[in-house]
Amino acid sequence: MHANTFDRFEHRHSLIHRLDPRVKTVITLLFIVANVLLPDGAWLAFLAAWAFLLLLTVLADLPLFYAAKRSFIVLPFTLAAITVMFTLPGQPLLSWQMGSRQMMITDAGLLRFVSIVIRSWLSIQMAILLTAVTQLPDLLHALQHLRVPRILVAIISFMYRYLFVLADEAMRLLRAREARSARGWAGKSGGTIWWRARVAGHMVGQLMLRSLERSDRVYNAMLARGYDGRLLTLNPHRMQPGDWLAGVLAAAVIAGIQLLGRLPPI
Amino acid sequence: MPVFHHRADPIIASPLPAGAPVIAVHGLSFAYSDGHVALHEVSIDIHAQEKVALVGPNGAGKSTLMLHLNGILGQHDNGRVQVSGMPINRANLPHIRAKVGLVFQNPDDQLFSPTVFEDVAFGPLHMGFAEPDVRARVERALGQVGMEGFGERLSHHLSIGQKKRIAIATVLSMDPEILVLDEPSAGLDPRARRSLINLLRQLPITMLVSTHDMLMVRELFPRMIIMDEGHVVADGPTPALMSDAALLEAHGLEMP
Amino acid sequence: MSLAPSLFTSPILASATLLHIPDGFLNLVISLLCWLISLAVLAGAVRSTQRQFDERLAPLAGIMAAFIFAAQMINFPVAGGTSGHLVGATLAFIVLGPWLGMLAMTAVIASQAIIFQDGGLVVMGANILVMGIVPGVIGYGIYQMSRGRSRAVQLAATGVAAWISVMAAALVVALLLGASGTTSLSVAIPAMLGIHALIGLGEALITAAALSFVMQTRPTLVQDGAAVGQRRWVIAGTLVTLAVLLLAPLASASPDGLEWVAEQTGFLDTAQNAPYNILPDYTLPFLGETGVSTILAGLIGALLVVGVMFGLFRLLRRPRQAS
Ligand SMILES: Nc1ncnc2c1ncn2[C@@H]1O[C@H](COP(=O)(O)OP(=O)(O)OP(=O)(O)O)[C@@H](O)[C@H]1O
Ligand SMILES: [Mg+2]
Repeated sequence: MHANTFDRFEHRHSLIHRLDPRVKTVITLLFIVANVLLPDGAWLAFLAAWAFLLLLTVLADLPLFYAAKRSFIVLPFTLAAITVMFTLPGQPLLSWQMGSRQMMITDAGLLRFVSIVIRSWLSIQMAILLTAVTQLPDLLHALQHLRVPRILVAIISFMYRYLFVLADEAMRLLRAREARSARGWAGKSGGTIWWRARVAGHMVGQLMLRSLERSDRVYNAMLARGYDGRLLTLNPHRMQPGDWLAGVLAAAVIAGIQLLGRLPPI
Repeated sequence: MPVFHHRADPIIASPLPAGAPVIAVHGLSFAYSDGHVALHEVSIDIHAQEKVALVGPNGAGKSTLMLHLNGILGQHDNGRVQVSGMPINRANLPHIRAKVGLVFQNPDDQLFSPTVFEDVAFGPLHMGFAEPDVRARVERALGQVGMEGFGERLSHHLSIGQKKRIAIATVLSMDPEILVLDEPSAGLDPRARRSLINLLRQLPITMLVSTHDMLMVRELFPRMIIMDEGHVVADGPTPALMSDAALLEAHGLEMP
Repeated sequence: MSLAPSLFTSPILASATLLHIPDGFLNLVISLLCWLISLAVLAGAVRSTQRQFDERLAPLAGIMAAFIFAAQMINFPVAGGTSGHLVGATLAFIVLGPWLGMLAMTAVIASQAIIFQDGGLVVMGANILVMGIVPGVIGYGIYQMSRGRSRAVQLAATGVAAWISVMAAALVVALLLGASGTTSLSVAIPAMLGIHALIGLGEALITAAALSFVMQTRPTLVQDGAAVGQRRWVIAGTLVTLAVLLLAPLASASPDGLEWVAEQTGFLDTAQNAPYNILPDYTLPFLGETGVSTILAGLIGALLVVGVMFGLFRLLRRPRQAS
């Protein structure tokens, strides 16, 4: 298995792919912020936000439920919010006896819980969409234009380049361990926990030394091509009128959704 | 990091006297920080337009020697290594690095930017060229290695052979006078190897290439240098050295 | 927690723990507060890194960030179907020094969020605080106390440091969730600490074992890495530990932690129900319950969104000017 299969960018030539990465980044953040600001139970607004997301997906030439299918990564975290169903004061919806304790789900609690899950689910879909329509190097340029310090952008860019190289190395180490341990590592395996931790720790240490050596060689390769401490890049992105237009349109839609979420229930 | 170093005024290299070597190494020894002596009294002269192969077993010191040729190792060697008549020191480094294109053994070390374009542009950008020039140079270099149109590709998505070719493009874009390649044909399939050989044949510049590919040496390099255990053990016309079976065998080489 | 590994068998997602907060689980005020703290600390990191004038730092930190990411894939079975793996802050801080370690962890967290949606974007400030700054400073501070002692003492201290750092991170996550009204603290704190006692064990064992490997094979590496300002970091680590430790019992001792925190710190009161309290009942008080008032409230809400974005980018600009 090659680690770069984990890269989530989708090569297309859509309208959305061609947009300036700054517009895409700002709109994504705006969408998520607006989402978080929507009140509990703003169903219409949630629906509108999802429709907007699906529209973007279609414009990006991706399958309609592309983002939805990949959004389940938030699932484990929803566990953290479950308690809110029981603790928020409100009308009891459901109650039962558990041991000595009276468990009770309240209407306000349920409303809060469902709203949290929906907000999070919408936000992560937008983030998935951003990653699918923007190559990371473009995203890094956007960050640079948006005044993120150069050193941080450079660190992320080196990291992105070597993530796959080192992930491959880690997988080779894991495979070598698997090959040498007769009983396999998936289930209960030989040795005490200390011994297993030691093996894993030594693998980590080995990977670390290799990474340090690699950073030396990379630094040399940079020196060989005239690196003198300045990290220069060309700025390939210029905002076109179309980018501005798309940005303003999207922001207007997001503001409209916000308005919708705060209208009094009919 | 946007750290601006004040550079010493450029030293105008005194024009190289006719017939003087562009690479002159005299009595160079080198030990790594762990004490391992990788080079013993190495001396080599290479003249303009010469194409020279550097062969020898693993650990012979080929890569170490190459790292000296553009000042990555041995900056304080007091003129044991001279490039175009310039001793390697801090003031000369920018000039020397613009003249000597060094391609590392492992393309994953050579290609450190996320996209191919950024990598090929790195050298020209840091030499101070303006954006249109940089773009033109990137175009040209990618064309030279037969990878036009690969600019927007991500480096980690490339095959080994493609990486090797892009690695060469990253220095061709700097228009070097001297090309120093560390095992460029390792890991290439026959067709990629063939196009590499054709590329090297066409490039009208001085070349020092380390390799284990004896067929390529015979085909492409009129002169060859054999290293073993940090020593230069033979230096001469390829046909003569190739026919010396005893010499080749003594240093773990095989006749093609 | 045992849910996560079974759901995500892909090794690269092994890091999807409960420490990566997704968007939607923290309210905006808390998210921005965390950004504020993280950016202030990161600005210090950027400034101090640039002051060192070392051209090597950018590739070093970037590749070591990639290393932390890859190292998180190396796991080992602990008990009951859970597996231990690295979170990495303590190791990163020890090997790279605190400032560069902080930047590397920030890169790790940012990439996980951007590339794999492991952690949210607007809550990234919180994630940087939780997984980079808090555990790193605590872990590094404790590790520094053991400098100069025997190797065994250092390794034991590293293990303890790593364990405490993960527990502290878990605690902060619980506090943030509670303060956002996403969970009740009286449940979240024991749950998070319970789960992470085990995860922390993995972190402790791997960090110590990795460091022991490096100490044996390349002793110079861990010696010159952290010669500067040791005392300062011991104090910083102690202070952060104390802050976290004091917050916890105070918060969970009260019958309903959330209410208590909200009462004690007036601003959290607003935070708890941000959308409601900023614009109560979706209307503007001075206009009364009229349709105009409702629509105006909606408009203000929309403007607020834009304003927050503006503020965000102003903040992002700050560290640059400082340099
Ligand atoms: N960074 C280093 N630190 C210590 N020793 C090193 C280092 N790099 C190389 N060496 C040692 O120096 C010697 C020469 O290595 P070098 O890489 O120059 O050999 P080479 O001829 O390029 O070999 P190969 O054909 O395998 O590439 C070897 O014995 C090697 O182990
Ligand atoms: Mg070599």
